[in-house]
Order: sequence, then structure tokens, then C-alpha cells
Amino acid sequence: MTTNLKTSTTDTMARASSLLPLLLFLAAAARIPDMITGQSLRYVFDWVPSLNIQLSFLFDGLSIFFALIITGVGFFVTLYSVDYLHGHPQTGRFFFFFHAFMLSMLGLVFADNTIALFVFWEMTTLFSYLLIGFEHEKDESRKSARQALLVTGTGGLALLVGVLLLEMATGTYEISQMAPLAADLKTHPFYGAILILIFIGAFTKSAQFPFHFWLPNAMAAPAPISAFLHSATMVKGGIYLLARFHPVLGGSASWEATLVIVGAVTAVFGAVTALGQSDLKKILAYTTIMGLGIMTMLLGGESRSSLVAVMTFLLVHALYKSALFLIAGIIDHQTGTRQIENLGGLAKSMPFTAFAAFAACLSMAGFPLFFGFIGKEIMYKGILAETMMPGTAIVAAVLANGLMTAVAGILFIRPFLMGKGSFPQPVTEAAWPMWIGPAVLGGLGIFFGIVPDLVGTWLINPAVTAIAPIGDKVRLALFHGINYPLLLSVITLTIGTGLYLIRQQANQRIAAFFEAIPFTASQAYDGVLKVVAATARIQTRIIQNGSLHHYFFVVAASFVIITGLSYARGFSGFPEFRIAWPNIEQGLLVLVILAAVVSVVASRSVLLAICALGVMGAGIAMIFLNFGAPDLALTQLLVETLTVIIVSIILLRLPALSRKGNRPVRKKLLDGTLALGTGIMVTTLLLSVSGGPSNLSLTEFFAQNSYIAAHGRNIVNVILVDFRSFDTLGEIIVVATAGLAGFALIRKRRGES
Amino acid sequence: MKPSLILRTATRLLVSMILVFSVYLLLRGHNSPGGGFSGALVAATGFAMYIMAEGTASMRRALRIDPSRMIVFGMILALGSGLFSVIAGNPFLTGIWWTVTTVGDSKIALGTPFFFDIGVFAIVLGAILTLLLALEEDLEKD
Repeated sequence: MTTNLKTSTTDTMARASSLLPLLLFLAAAARIPDMITGQSLRYVFDWVPSLNIQLSFLFDGLSIFFALIITGVGFFVTLYSVDYLHGHPQTGRFFFFFHAFMLSMLGLVFADNTIALFVFWEMTTLFSYLLIGFEHEKDESRKSARQALLVTGTGGLALLVGVLLLEMATGTYEISQMAPLAADLKTHPFYGAILILIFIGAFTKSAQFPFHFWLPNAMAAPAPISAFLHSATMVKGGIYLLARFHPVLGGSASWEATLVIVGAVTAVFGAVTALGQSDLKKILAYTTIMGLGIMTMLLGGESRSSLVAVMTFLLVHALYKSALFLIAGIIDHQTGTRQIENLGGLAKSMPFTAFAAFAACLSMAGFPLFFGFIGKEIMYKGILAETMMPGTAIVAAVLANGLMTAVAGILFIRPFLMGKGSFPQPVTEAAWPMWIGPAVLGGLGIFFGIVPDLVGTWLINPAVTAIAPIGDKVRLALFHGINYPLLLSVITLTIGTGLYLIRQQANQRIAAFFEAIPFTASQAYDGVLKVVAATARIQTRIIQNGSLHHYFFVVAASFVIITGLSYARGFSGFPEFRIAWPNIEQGLLVLVILAAVVSVVASRSVLLAICALGVMGAGIAMIFLNFGAPDLALTQLLVETLTVIIVSIILLRLPALSRKGNRPVRKKLLDGTLALGTGIMVTTLLLSVSGGPSNLSLTEFFAQNSYIAAHGRNIVNVILVDFRSFDTLGEIIVVATAGLAGFALIRKRRGES
Repeated sequence: MKPSLILRTATRLLVSMILVFSVYLLLRGHNSPGGGFSGALVAATGFAMYIMAEGTASMRRALRIDPSRMIVFGMILALGSGLFSVIAGNPFLTGIWWTVTTVGDSKIALGTPFFFDIGVFAIVLGAILTLLLALEEDLEKD
């Protein structure tokens, strides 16, 4: 176990594990030349052939584009995490979860089969749950992790139903085979349901309003997790899903309207809320919600330029947001605080981090010369080309971007340039593996801003071509001439600067405003949980009340009533049967059994009752033997013997149990009636069954094949270990589990481990 | 309190026979009544007798291995005998047989279901012994 190893060994191993994302990144990058020419590779493996489910992977422009972001950011975050976690006792576990999450995410973007996509989707949910709850000693972490799991897990289930309906409508699980059927699909009766279900999946994963609330709470995760999951990968999963299904489901009015409205609301909501926060990571979380909203809104578009805008903004956002999350982690790590009002003047003591923050924030603000500016320009261009509510969309985008600019200012100017902070500890620059990631990711924001055309040709256009094969290549450039997008950019920057200047009033107003809202989505979630817990409590009190007598009563009563009713409904007189009088041995055995039954009921001693029960069982075993079923008799006899032994041991440990009890006569009568009813029911059923003709084909099959096929003459045993050995396997697994679980229960009672 | 002399003496005589009988049941199971499950129950009865007569510490010493290991061993054997046919290209748990030797007219065959049955034996015996020992040890502590 890694936790027992020396810290230096752990760190070395963790650092070496960064090779995994690096090599995967290089492998993905090697596909870029094919991406540019629009070629794709598809690998298919048999998975569940009987259900026609294949494990298929598609390597096209879109999946490679996402893979590059996932592995690229993953590499720097791995390097960063080594120093961030240095000395943490569970470092090994962290890196296992981290890389497992990364691989699940890669599986998600490469999967072509929708069932495989769903499985990878759930794996990302599961590992993100483990990662958000990494600091599991903290109550807040556990609560946030559970919230993220429940919200995104519910979305995952919706997605599963969605892809199943999609298969019923199109006849295929392969996404790449669905696009040609898109036109028919839009008139299919399932189309509405499919759309809603896939939207729920995407919106919960990508934190769209009103499912956004889990994302800010997930900031309980360590900083590198937020940088990876909550900016660059996991939350982009929903965006990926929408992009992937864009050619299949997109283009209808309901698709466009839903995405534009939900995206616009989310974007404005996220940006406004961000301004009301004071914790660095919370600010970043809400700006992430804003970014995801913008992407969702743009995916509502039909034109190629809006898709180009989605991919460009996605790249811009992944770069600056993961850098900023890492920087927030560095600040927290080095200064001990994330509260923005405590921070100041960090540029002097942390020059490299400051450079990274400078680049990332200006890209976020969308300043000219930065990649963010190009992202914003292309975004406006995309929206202006739209037919569905372009007015609403443009207002939302300008407003959200303006707020974003102000937030970028708040994030950079205050902590790094102004005044002197009050820190719990003296501040020094972080170790190089920590600042190198943000510096490179932020630096790419500058570099891509210088060579936008290269990015457009290599990454953006291939990704768009994968989902929209027809259409002209859109050129990315720093300056497109004086046009509406440029004008909108100017307006955005003006709004941003204005908001920055009144940030303090705005912060208080917004914080007060959100305080005043009586009912939020987060409270709705808590309410639902409370109702579920209360229902479970009531139900447990009624059904699982711990009384064995009660359980048995319910089981027997349901048997008598349900079986009796259905038997009575189909009753057509008893079949003819002849009662053969028992011979002497059988008659004696019946007498023994009857005597045992009377002893069980009448005995005042529990031990005597158990022994009498054993006698009864043994008597029944003898009857089996008498009728020629030695296997059954043998097993029955042995089971009875062991039962008596084990129950006696258990009884010895109980306090002397009085059989008199306090059960009132009324209850005893009820029990007796039920016992008689059960007996009559079983007898009636047996008589009816054995009176009718029996189908002997199975018996004959086993009798004929037992020796030929399975080299055995004892049919019972051959059935157990050969013909039906899978059943036996299930049974022995139950036996093994019961043995170990019982062992654990007995030991736990004493508080031993 | 020491168990009675009669029980202890009888146990000494009986347990070995019971155990031999359990193995006999296990081996003959394919052609006559018996098999892994009933064999394991017989063995468990024998061990239960021994525990009552000699106590759990003595039982553990005599067993040499922890009964929970027996469960694991049985599980490996049962799953392994099933996987064997997968390697041979048949569905999971298909019986595969070899003729070991021919005596006169009759062939003596050995197959994967035999190992599967031994797995059943080990799991059932292991599970019962795990519970019995835990219960008895718990009792001895009081």
C-alpha cells in the first residue's frame, strides 16, 4: 500500500504517473494530421453479442480534440498534485482515482456505442464522487460528494433511458450510424422524450440551471481536482454529449429553443452570482457555470460558425479556467487563505504564479491579443448568425462576458497587485511543478492568440467537421475588420470595466439578493433528500421492525392469501387422485412426526423445542428415503442435524428464554390459524399438482444424458455439478457470503475488527 | 466445565470415521447418493462434535488453516474449473472430461465437474466452520 511507503517514494511514483497522460497526449496529438484531412478511425470489439452491443470507439476530430484537452490538462495537473498533496497520507489513493477518472473521461469521448458511452459516463460520475469526497474526514466533503453523485447520477439514468429509446427509434446503438437517420428521427414519436432525457443527462453533468448547485459545492474537492474535473473535463462531458448528438438530434425548434434559453439563463445567472462571492474557488465555480451556459447556448445554433464558436470557447475556457483553479490552489497552499479580501500584493512574492494569473485572467476577460478575445469575437459572430432568438442570446452573451471581464479584474488585480494581504503564514513562491502548469496553460492563451489560424486549422475546424461535415472552414483571426462582433467586444469591455469599478457595491447587493431568495434549487434538493429519508424511516418502522415473528407472519400470510386467491380463481375441481394408505413404516414415521410437532408447540423449553424440530425434520427425511429419494433424504438429514447443533449453540448464549411469554391468547389463536392455513394451502397445492399429469421430458433427458454427457449415474449430482452448475455456483457464492457475513456480525458484536 | 469423558472418548473414535465417510460421500457422489454438499455437511457434523468435546483452540490447531481460507480455496477451485472450459473455447462451466485409464471394459474418467464439486465441498465446509468457530469462541469468552 502506498500509504505505508515513505513520502519521497510516493512522490516519485506519483510524478512518474504523469507519464500516463503525457504519452496519451502524444498519441492523440499524432492523430492531428488525420484530423485535419477529416479522416476518422473506428475500432469495434464484441461486447455483448447476444444483445447486439459492441464496444466501439471512434477517433475523429471531435473526440481527439477533447482527448487532447483531457490528457494535456491531466499531465500538468498530475505534476501539480504531487507537490500540492506532498505528505498527505492518501496520496496513492488520490492518483489512482485521478488517473481512473481520466481514463473514464477518455472512454466517454471515444465511445461510439451509446451503451459504452453510458458506462463511461457513469464511471466519470463515480470517480468524481470519490475525488470530490477525497477529504472524507470532513462532513462538508462527504455531503458535496454525495450531492454531485446524486445529481449527475440521476442525469446518467435519464441518459440511459434516452439512449435506449434512441436505439428503439433508430435501430442502432452506434452514434456514427445515427446521423443519416436524423431527418426521420425528428418526426419519430419518441423524439420529444429522447430530447428531454438526453438534455437532463447533459444539463446535470454540465451544471446547467436548475441543476447547477452541485458544482459550487463540489469546490470542497482539492484544488487540482477542481482544475481537472470542474473546469476542463467532467463538466465538459455534458457539452460533449450535446455536441456529439448535434447532428443526430439537433436542428429542430425544440432543440434550439431549449438550449438557447437554458444556456442563456445559466450564463447570466452564473456570471451574476460569481460577482457576489468572496471565496476564490466559489468565484471560479460560478464563472464555470457561466462558461458552460454560453457553450450550451451556442450549441442551440445550427450554423457552422456557432459550432466553431463552441469549440473555440471550450478550448479558451479549459485553458484559462484550469490555470485559474490551479492558481487558486497555489494561493491557498502558500498563504493559507482563499478569501479574496485577505489577499493582496502577491505579485512580488510569487512572480511566476502572478504571470500565469495575468495571462489566464486577461484571456478570461477577453482582452485583445489574447486567445479569449478571439473566442469572444467568434462567439458573437456565431450568435449573430443564428435564427433562434439571436436577440436574447446576444444580450445574455454580452452581459455574461461583461461580468466575466469584471470578475477577471477582481481575480487578478486585487490579490496580485493591490496593497498587502494579511496572511496566516509568510508567503513564498510555490515549487516549480506547481506553477509550471498554470504558466503553460495561461501562456497558451497568449500563444494561441498570436497564431489563431493554426489553432483553427489544427484543432477547431476538424472538431467541428466531425459533427457538421458540410460547410466552409471558418478562419480564426485576431482582427476581422470593423464589424458587429468587434463593436460588441468593445461594449463588453466597457461593461466589464464599469462593473469592476462598482464591484464592492455589486458584491454586497448580489450577495444580499441571493440571501433574500426564499427557495433555491439547492434547498429543493435538500427537501427531496429529507422526504426520501423520512419515507425510509416510516417504511422501515413498519416493514423491517426487527421482529422475526413479524417477518414470518407476513411471509406466511401473503403466501396463503395470494396463492389461495389465485388458486381459487382458476379452481375447476380437484383432479382425481387416489389416497394410498401408508404401509407400516410410513405410518410409524407419520406418528413420530406428529408427536414431534406436538412437542415443538407444547414444550416449555426452547432447547427441547429445537430438538423436537430436528426429530420432525429427520422423520420427513425418512419419508423421502422410503419413497426412493436417497439424495434428498441424506441432505435433509444432515441439514437437520447441523441446524440443531448451530441453533443450540446460539440458544446457549441467549439469556434464559421464557416460553410462556406474554403473548395474549388472541394472538396465539391468530398464529395457530395462520399455521393451519399454510399447512392446508401447501397440502392442497401438492395434491393438485401430483394429481395432474406430469411432464417427464426433463427427467427423461437427464436420465438419458447423465452418463453419456457427464459420466455420472447419479442424476441429482450430475445436475448439480454439471448440467445446472451455474445455479450451484450462485448458491455456493451465497453460502460463502453468508458464512463470512455471519462471522463479521458475530465478531462485530464484541467490537473486534 | 470439561465435557464428559464419554463424549470425548466417543469423539476420538467417531470423528476420524465421520471424516473418512465425508470424503467417501464426496467421491462417490457422481454415481451414487452423495456429493460435495452432503459430504461437507457430514464433515461439518464431525468437526462440530470435535469442537464440543475438545474446544475451539484444539480445533484450530488441528485444522491448521483458517476456515475462511477454505472458502477462498473452494471459490478459486469452483471458478477455475468453470474457466477451464472458457479457455478451451466452450461456454463457462461446461464439463470437460479426460479418460485417465481403462480398467477392463470400464473407463475411468476425470472431469472439471469433479473439481467443481470439491470446490462446493470446501466452500460449504468452510462457511459452516467459520460460523461454528466464531460462535463457540464467542461463547468461550463469556
